[in-house]
Amino acid sequence: MKKNWWKILSLLLLIYTVIAGFLVAVPDLPIIHQSIRNLYFHVCMWFGMMILFIISFVYSIKYLRGFNLRNDIYAQHFAAVGTFFGILGYITGSIWANYTWLTDQSQSLGTVLKEPKLIGAAIALLIYGAYFVLRGSFTDMDKKARVSAVYNIFAFAMLFPSIWIIPRLVGSLHPGAPGSDSGNPALNAQKDLDAGMRMIFYPAVIGWTLLGVWIATLKIRLQLIKDKTLLNE
Amino acid sequence: MNKFILRLVFCVVSLLFCTASFAQDNSGTEDVMRSNGKIYVVVAVCLTILIGLFFYVFSLDRKISRLEKNKD
Repeated sequence: MKKNWWKILSLLLLIYTVIAGFLVAVPDLPIIHQSIRNLYFHVCMWFGMMILFIISFVYSIKYLRGFNLRNDIYAQHFAAVGTFFGILGYITGSIWANYTWLTDQSQSLGTVLKEPKLIGAAIALLIYGAYFVLRGSFTDMDKKARVSAVYNIFAFAMLFPSIWIIPRLVGSLHPGAPGSDSGNPALNAQKDLDAGMRMIFYPAVIGWTLLGVWIATLKIRLQLIKDKTLLNE
Repeated sequence: MNKFILRLVFCVVSLLFCTASFAQDNSGTEDVMRSNGKIYVVVAVCLTILIGLFFYVFSLDRKISRLEKNKD
């Protein structure tokens, strides 16, 4: 049970996130108003995704160093949960954009969604989608593990231009673009976040990420059990 | 191990009752659930979903642990 403290920590942090996230006063910014509270949920999905992808990337490198299939299973499931978090972040982001970026009623969401930030995120997610297609297309286990580990490293490298560099270079409605008031998405101390919001935002990131890691470990343990029975037969 | 989980389940269930009793205790116009634009209702709903989700994941965790024990 000593090993499980972080699962309880995750639960407590998320309970804190929901209570404080809904009830603590937030700065009243124009247009977004109360919807800034989405920071504790939408942005945390992306942070969780990035952290899970980093873990997956590390396990892919570990696999290539020793060719231990266990590391490949780890990489696969961390990437899967990371992609899931990314999809959730994308959906929640488009809901949020629908009510804040559309300023006049005749505008359709489609015109606003042609955003470098969103396209970059979509490309990143599609590249990870191809990772699972690639995995599924091999019948030989070792070859599958080896090729997909290399591909996973490429997919992680593609995160840099698609979600961290290009959105910061071109104009966008999303926070973090040049020309908008804020420099760094979600983390700009002076303009976007006051101290109270940080006190909720950082615990929220940790809580959501721990939940993601927990789900990934469940998937990994199941896969290990499955593979064990496969080998025994 | 099992005792701890039982204790935890008890905790979660009592928490759920706690949120439910919030609504019943102080009926009238000034109760907590009806104040401040009824935001507490949203908090209660979200907490219930969150705790339910965690309860589910915990039970999955326990099932997988049991599977792991049987295999060894």
